[in-house]
Amino acid sequence: MDAYIGPLLFLGAAGLLAIGVVGMLLSNHLFRMVLALVIAEAGVNLMLVLAGYRWDAVAPILQPGVAAQPMVDPIPQALVLTAIVIGVGVQALALTLVIRIREAYGTLDMAEVRARMEVDVAAAGGGEATGSRERPAGGRPLPGPGALPEPPR
Amino acid sequence: MFWLLLGIVILMLTSAVLVLVLDNLLAALAASSVVSLALALVFVILRAPDVAMTEAAVGAGLSALILVLALRRLGLVGVGGRRVGEGDDA
Amino acid sequence: MPRFATVLFLAGFAFLLFSLTLTLGFGEPPMRAGQGVLDQAVAGTGAANAVSAVLLGFRGLDTLGELSILFAAATAGGLVLGHRRPGGDGPPAGAILQAGTRLLFPLMLVVGFYIVLHGHLTPGGGFQGGVILAAAFFLPVLAGTGAGPDHALLRVVEGLAGTVFILIGLAALWTGGVFLEPLLVDRGALHELFSAGTLPLLYLAVGLKVGAELAGLLAHMARAGGGEA
Repeated sequence: MDAYIGPLLFLGAAGLLAIGVVGMLLSNHLFRMVLALVIAEAGVNLMLVLAGYRWDAVAPILQPGVAAQPMVDPIPQALVLTAIVIGVGVQALALTLVIRIREAYGTLDMAEVRARMEVDVAAAGGGEATGSRERPAGGRPLPGPGALPEPPR
Repeated sequence: MFWLLLGIVILMLTSAVLVLVLDNLLAALAASSVVSLALALVFVILRAPDVAMTEAAVGAGLSALILVLALRRLGLVGVGGRRVGEGDDA
Repeated sequence: MPRFATVLFLAGFAFLLFSLTLTLGFGEPPMRAGQGVLDQAVAGTGAANAVSAVLLGFRGLDTLGELSILFAAATAGGLVLGHRRPGGDGPPAGAILQAGTRLLFPLMLVVGFYIVLHGHLTPGGGFQGGVILAAAFFLPVLAGTGAGPDHALLRVVEGLAGTVFILIGLAALWTGGVFLEPLLVDRGALHELFSAGTLPLLYLAVGLKVGAELAGLLAHMARAGGGEA
């Protein structure tokens, strides 16, 4: 069964990446989007480490009193080490922004935050909000400032 | 080795799906920590002990800590969040 | 129909990933640069851990950039969350939490410094050890038994560690002609604690800087939490 180890691990990495992207695209809750970002990051890291794996090789660390052996590629491992630490930085920054959004708008629902942001941006520019592009033209009348629809529960 | 890895990968993918579908955000966060822990195990098997240590300390420990603190600051601990794909016909 | 478009995109994405993974080889990397690094790691840097050799010896500038990114993220977090708000503290800590905190703190300190200082010999290094150090100093806040680390002190430690890192790089520029080149001042024997020249010093700086930055970030996150915004 050892021949299937490679495809299995690649499937795992691709699965994590796909699940993360699915979560980021389909989720409506900002906090869950951050969680999905973490998952996608983990998938990419696994894929990078898989690229440097070598059969019948040891970890890239010399042991005292052991003759030289083939070692796995250390460069992807160093890259992934960097990527993990930077990932935490990115995640912390995203979370601080989520906290600020919550303080400013009082909600974490993606659609509602977007609608209110458009109103705010339009008000700052001295015009009317044009509404979301996802709404069909000629449909319901667009809400003006102060007449925001309740988010669907 | 194959069966061990199969179990770990199944655990990893199941937890990743749970992150997206669990109602309780704290539980979803714990599931994401489980993903990191399983990933650290895979790194050990792939002969990358440095990366495994980093993933266990940073991914499973510190990242979960940051997320919990943010969750507490958002006032969402114990409150059911909204699920993926639920009630968003905007 | 944004939902339909999303699903369509995801189907294409999954297909792309699937076909990509089918073509990738596993277990036989070409190792064009990796073999060279492995051959020269001991002679060039004196470190037994090839990953550490890559991180600090061959790609030191990259690690400096990584530290800058972390610093920028921590600073931005402090800026966005900076203003203090009176927040309700959690319930007081029980006897188990208090005793556990007191017991764990020295152990985590020792483990953290061990991992930082042995980064060039064994798995580990500045980043992992720094995270453990940050967690050790943050333990009282988590348990609710006391205040977190002092902010002024954290800033001093962080600034000093960053300065030391850059100064070592400048010293290498002065003597060898390349910024952050591994300096083999005291080469030492392989597999000994005092070996690999300036590598352990660089890792110590990285560990202290990462620990201080992350502790500061955690303190910002934890402050004035709880309750509805």
